[in-house]
Amino acid sequence: MAERTEITAGFLPLTDSAVLVVARECGFAEEEGVALSLLRETSWANIRDRMAVGQFQAAHMLAPMPIASALGLTPLAIDTLVPMALGLGGNAVTVSLDLWARMTQSGPIAMTDAAGAGRALRAVIGHRKAEGRPPLQFAVVHAHSGHNFELRYWLSACGIVPDRDIEIVIVPPPFMSDALRSGQIDGFCVGEPWNSVAVAAGAGRIATVKSAIWRSSPEKVLGVRADWARRHEAGLAGLIRAMYRAAEWCGQPENHRTLAHILARPDYLDQPAALIARALDGSILDGAAGDLPRFFEPFARAATFPWQSHALWFYSQMVRWGQVAHTPARAEAARRCYRPDLYRKALAPMAVPIPAANAKVEGALREALPVGSTSGTLILGPDGFFDGRVFDPDELDAYLAAQAG
Amino acid sequence: MPPRLPSVLVIDENAVRAAIIETGLREAGHHNVTVIHDVAGIAARIAALEPDVIVIDLENPNRDMLESLFQLSRAVKRPIAMFVDRSDRDATERAIEAGVSAYVVDGLRRERVKPILDLAISRFNAYSRLERELEDARNALQSRKLIDQAKRLLMRSRGMSEEAAYALLRRTAMNQNRKMAEVAHSLVLAADLLGQGGGDGRED
Repeated sequence: MAERTEITAGFLPLTDSAVLVVARECGFAEEEGVALSLLRETSWANIRDRMAVGQFQAAHMLAPMPIASALGLTPLAIDTLVPMALGLGGNAVTVSLDLWARMTQSGPIAMTDAAGAGRALRAVIGHRKAEGRPPLQFAVVHAHSGHNFELRYWLSACGIVPDRDIEIVIVPPPFMSDALRSGQIDGFCVGEPWNSVAVAAGAGRIATVKSAIWRSSPEKVLGVRADWARRHEAGLAGLIRAMYRAAEWCGQPENHRTLAHILARPDYLDQPAALIARALDGSILDGAAGDLPRFFEPFARAATFPWQSHALWFYSQMVRWGQVAHTPARAEAARRCYRPDLYRKALAPMAVPIPAANAKVEGALREALPVGSTSGTLILGPDGFFDGRVFDPDELDAYLAAQAG
Repeated sequence: MPPRLPSVLVIDENAVRAAIIETGLREAGHHNVTVIHDVAGIAARIAALEPDVIVIDLENPNRDMLESLFQLSRAVKRPIAMFVDRSDRDATERAIEAGVSAYVVDGLRRERVKPILDLAISRFNAYSRLERELEDARNALQSRKLIDQAKRLLMRSRGMSEEAAYALLRRTAMNQNRKMAEVAHSLVLAADLLGQGGGDGRED
């Protein structure tokens, strides 16, 4: 066996840190010759800073963070690669009990019906405006986050204009529930377990979920320092293999109980296992899953593959919300953060099915379909946005123009 | 007249540590120092104070919220950037190791900010040292209590003198290559489980 690689990785207490946690706790990293240490952090800014000064070689990251770094939008920006994703879905939009009561005045809402929830919210906003009341306040965890972009996408597609009809502020995940209960905010979009925590505390109700807004949509990624990755090619490949096997383990229903208990530990999420389990076994959807894909998918449907179309979609939203002005060079820099080549190279010895393409048209698959892969069968989809819009990464300019209109 | 020293806003939920930094800054001649423990309404405070430098502890989960404020021009009139950039790697590392971060308004010269950051770093380190010493002292006190408790258990159950009980504990610890407090702890736990620990053994 090759020599051991020591890797220290940072994470935030969220259910989608599962793959990283399991890679360490279930021995997958050790088997690949990786001595993986995990350190819990209190903010994404800390993760970024500790990566920048070399205390972390890798981290659990919001998918748009490495892109923002490549575009120079953050302090202490360093080259960060994304050789792997950490799952699909896993977020939800939770609203206060008061707002929920108003939204459901004209009938019940299924949380998997993103369009229905959006219509109801729009009606409430219209009434507030007529009464001359201030706009509702919704919170997300970070400006460069999937949460911010999917919330804004959902609102816009439902005819609600973010920053005019509704204010969007930043609140750290562990404070969301209290902020909702105290009336400081009216709703939020956050990853698990923080929606379930708010629901269990009687502070709110889930209005809709990420997997209903954009089916099979990307969330967290593994971010790796580019200079470290160049010097430790074998070590990084070992980490990717370990995390691939960890993701496979996390995806198996018979492991969900154990996984919930591991994540519940004080050094990880420090929340009750029963609450964490709700995202893992899908019971968070209260039986409303219908034909939607899993609420949180750590493995199946190429959930760990770093699609460059995902990077470009996040980039398109940064442009949409004025975080960066579009140039072809910037789009290319965003795309290049995502490294499917490193993923394929690391997993080649395992002979597992890997997508043959680096990008795909988001929203092309109405139902699950086998697709071209390196070996065996790989099922993708169903994917796509609830409003039926399609994102073709080869038609970026047209997409940017359409969303600006 | 020398140029006015930069105004500083210290955001720290730890009131003791914040006071230590504030005192240090005032001693260094900074008269325009504001300390905030609670970040509620922080946007309005920053807009009103217009600080040149913001110092915040890394344990504060509100850093992401704070940075998002800096990106919104309506929240802060003057652009704020992170002081410690790549060209000053050493200062960045020392700050992050000490557990502190700083933001400054664009255009403020580095030599005017460096003393503030250096002071924050040294005070953060001093505070951590203090905390460690306090923790050690707490542990020492706890150990002494445990040993006393174990001694009394032995004196009562085996009719030993205090000296003999102490000697037995010490000998056992040496033979097992453990700390005396650990042996005492095992003994107290065992006695507790066997229902012999109560009464005079407890003093908190």
